[in-house]
Amino acid sequence: MPAQKRRSRVLRNLNAKVASVPMILTAVVVFVGGTVWTIVYSFTDSKLLPRLHFVGLEQYARLWVTPRWLVAIKNLAIYGALSLTFSLVIGFLLAALMDQKIRFENTFRTIFLYPFALSFIVTGLVWQWILNPTFGIQSVVRSLGWTSFTFDPLYNSDIVIYGILIAGLWQGTGLVMCLLLAGLRGIDEDIWKAARLDGIPVWKTYLFIVIPMMRPVFITTLVIITSGIVRVYDLVVAQTSGGPGISSEVPAKYVYDYMFLAQNLGQGFAASTMMLITVIIVIVPWAYLQFGRARRG
Amino acid sequence: MADPPSLEAAASRLPAVSRQLAGPRGPKPRPALSRRNAFLYGTLIVLALYYLLPLYVMVVTSLKGMPEIRLGNIFSPPVEITFEPWVKAWSTVCTGLNCDGLSRGFWNSVRITVPSVVLSIAIASVNGYALANWRFKGANIFFTILIVGSFVPYQVMIYPIVIILREIGLYGSLWGLVLVHSIFGMPILTLLFRNYFTSIPEELFRAARVDGAGFWGIYFKIMMPMSLPIFVVAVIIQTTGIWNDFLFGVIYTKPDLYPMTVQLNNIVNSTQGVKEYNVNMAATILTGVVPLFVYFASGKLFVRGIAAGAVKG
Repeated sequence: MPAQKRRSRVLRNLNAKVASVPMILTAVVVFVGGTVWTIVYSFTDSKLLPRLHFVGLEQYARLWVTPRWLVAIKNLAIYGALSLTFSLVIGFLLAALMDQKIRFENTFRTIFLYPFALSFIVTGLVWQWILNPTFGIQSVVRSLGWTSFTFDPLYNSDIVIYGILIAGLWQGTGLVMCLLLAGLRGIDEDIWKAARLDGIPVWKTYLFIVIPMMRPVFITTLVIITSGIVRVYDLVVAQTSGGPGISSEVPAKYVYDYMFLAQNLGQGFAASTMMLITVIIVIVPWAYLQFGRARRG
Repeated sequence: MADPPSLEAAASRLPAVSRQLAGPRGPKPRPALSRRNAFLYGTLIVLALYYLLPLYVMVVTSLKGMPEIRLGNIFSPPVEITFEPWVKAWSTVCTGLNCDGLSRGFWNSVRITVPSVVLSIAIASVNGYALANWRFKGANIFFTILIVGSFVPYQVMIYPIVIILREIGLYGSLWGLVLVHSIFGMPILTLLFRNYFTSIPEELFRAARVDGAGFWGIYFKIMMPMSLPIFVVAVIIQTTGIWNDFLFGVIYTKPDLYPMTVQLNNIVNSTQGVKEYNVNMAATILTGVVPLFVYFASGKLFVRGIAAGAVKG
């Protein structure tokens, strides 16, 4: 603000600076400071308490031979890939259905989106109950006469991650639908008219014209889903607590357990740093695209 | 003049008749239930039922007695409705040493959520206002760090925060958790408020400056009253987000102060005792009631809050 030239540089705009102190502290101390601190201590052999005794990459070497971490990474990869694919596909189909000028649009949207208002704990516990083999879907189908029917994902270590995926999709697809619906509504009505005049079938218009036009919306949605996937923790805790055995472990749970239960801080720091690297791998190309586009525009 | 073709010719001179002879006009009336519509609404209704199913199962399970649950199937409505599971979940179910039910967690969550919502919105709205109208040198650098930082997994920052809270004597207390929620709510809320305040015409701000209003005067007398909708959106995002939090609650508080989600998980996933599924489901609904209420009451504003969250990406 050029209005206050008389005051000294520091005092100028003092109120705004004072008001920004919480933001500056959060940004510098917690976000930057905290991240750097964790990365530095991931090179130490901290156990119960953090201490600066450096051991190089030892924690990382141990991390990548620990079966539990390998299972966690594998689960995250499966859950992530399937969750991304299915949320985008189901979310887009829902959005496309909602975009057909239907009646009761608000009612349908309310129904598809309400799981998103619920916590992962509630989501996990409900689906734990529905997937319970003794009382849930399996027993209901068996009581209908198909006595050999087996559907017990939460008790079968080979497929437990799919049981978690079912719950995760139920909770999150409404959000994807909402984001993509906003994107669809942003498409110019003239595009649709032109496509209809040219006699292009609706599905082709979606696939080859509308979806490519929605690329920015898709990328944003992708980033939102991905940063949620990396953080997935409560859902697993509520639904399976990582079991049976260690078969549904995820990295976020590994970090928590090593930091606060196993009292092996160094492992926890190394694992959380690996999570950070995962996020960076996703975010940096996106930021580059976003930034590149802004510069060209 | 009397032969048949001339009759048609005569008719063509009368506009009304010729119109009828030319066949129906105007857009073809659509049958209410065309094949397309049947497919469209059929799919939507089936999907809606799928999304509603868990809510239905929760409700019916919570209203049954345990003998009925053991015998029947989870989808059938209760034969004998009982509210006992609800009473037990609320007031007598045990977690650890405490046997005063979920009510403890509920009140803890209220005591966590209310100050967190107020504090985080107060900080972020003033921040956003400073960024939009009183930008000082370097402000945008901190803002960028804040936004980039919001993508860093929480797991990277939780332990340094434990140390900070321990140093200032708030580790394990409600206020420590309130502070944590304010910190992690800051990026998205600051962005939300900054964008909204930027969209308010600059002339208003200039006029107020000319009239001698200062930083706080303009904030309280002009910006705040003009931005009520965005404050409501922020309250919605924060209330549901903080109420639903599990990770921070379990790390930064003690068992006596656990929020509802943590207590719920401890009740349902405890390995001791006989599993009472009806009580578990009643407890689950009780925990979900607050965010669901916010969701249904806020309607389109909730969607707007989501869209605001999407801007973050």
